[in-house]
Amino acid sequence: MGANFIISLNVSIFISNNNSYMKPNLNYLDEISNNDPVFKEKLIAIIKREFPKEKKEFSSNYDKKKYHLAAQNVHKLKHKINILGLREGFKTAVNFEKELNINKFDSGHDFIVILNLIDNYLKEI
Amino acid sequence: MLKCIIIDDEDMARAIIENYCSKLEHLLVIGQFTNALEAIQFINNNDVHLIFLDIHMPELNGFDFIDSLNNPPNTILTTSDANLALNAFEYKSIIDYLVKPIKLPRFIKAVTKIGHTNKPTHSISNNEMYVNINRRLIKIHLPDIYLIEAKGDYINIKTETKNHIVHTTLKKIEDKLPNSLFLKIHRSFIINLKKIVDIEDNSVLIKKDVVPVSRSNRPELMNRLNLLN
Repeated sequence: MGANFIISLNVSIFISNNNSYMKPNLNYLDEISNNDPVFKEKLIAIIKREFPKEKKEFSSNYDKKKYHLAAQNVHKLKHKINILGLREGFKTAVNFEKELNINKFDSGHDFIVILNLIDNYLKEI
Repeated sequence: MLKCIIIDDEDMARAIIENYCSKLEHLLVIGQFTNALEAIQFINNNDVHLIFLDIHMPELNGFDFIDSLNNPPNTILTTSDANLALNAFEYKSIIDYLVKPIKLPRFIKAVTKIGHTNKPTHSISNNEMYVNINRRLIKIHLPDIYLIEAKGDYINIKTETKNHIVHTTLKKIEDKLPNSLFLKIHRSFIINLKKIVDIEDNSVLIKKDVVPVSRSNRPELMNRLNLLN
C-alpha cells in the first residue's frame, strides 16, 4: 500500500468518524516544561523542526519499501505522538513499528492519518 | 558533582534531559551526542560519571554501546519501549530505565539511585527464567533446558519442547544459571548436567546433540560427575 494515496485522505472526516483519535494537545509539554514558558517554546520549536523531517524520511522509506528503516522512523515519531497527547495514536505507532519489521502494514493507514493530524496541528500552533 | 553525558539521536529527548539535569545541582552535562560512536571517543578521553542513553539509535544501539565499553559508567536508559527493560537487568552499569516521555519526578527518582544498589541483579528466580524474544517475555523452566549454544550475538536455548533464540551472550547467561545444574564445557556450549546421555573422549552426548568438550573444561566436567570408577 503506497503512502502517497493515504496522505491524500481527508483528515477531518477521519476524526469525525473515529473518536479514538483525539486532537493533539500540549498537556504533556506543559507538564514536562513545568509551565516554564521559555522551555515550552523551545520544545515546541524542536517538534516543529524535527517532526516534518522525520515524517518525510518515514514517507520516503515507506514508499521505497525500506520497511526496516521505516520502522526506525516510526520508533522516533512515536515519542512525539505520545508527547502531543495522542495515546491511541501512540498505540497505533507501536503496532505499526512491529508490523513493519515483519513486512505487515495493517496499521499503516491509521498511522499516516495520525501524522497528517500532527502536521496540521503544528501549523496551527 | 556528577558529570553526565546524554546520547540520543532526537533533539527533543536531549533537550528534556538537559533541562531536568539543570534543575539538579549535583548534575553537570558535559557532552551531548546524537550517536553512540561519537560518545565512545569522548568517554575514553573524559571523566564521565553518568550516561543518559537512548537504546534505539542508528549504527550502534544502546546495549551494543555498553558492550563496547571496558568499564561503562553508571547508565540510565531512555527509550520509548517499555518492553526492553528486562535486557537492562543484564548490565550492572544500568541503574534505571526511563520510558519516554520522561517526567521530572521519575527522572529525579532514577538519578537518586546512584550510589544505591536498588537494581535487581538478574531475571532468574528459583527454577524459572524469563527471556525477551520478539518483545515478549517467555518463561523457561530451567530444568527443561538441556543445552545452550552461542551463535554470534545470540544464544540458542534448547529445551525439551522448543528452542529459543535470545540476543545475549553465553557469559551473561552463564553467570545467572545455577552451578548445581549447568556447566560450561566449551566456549560455545553450556549443558545441563542431568541431561547427559554419555561422554566419549572430547564430546558429550546430550539428548541427540553431540557437544564438544574443551580440554580446559574437561577436568571440571569429570569432577562434577558421579563416577563409579
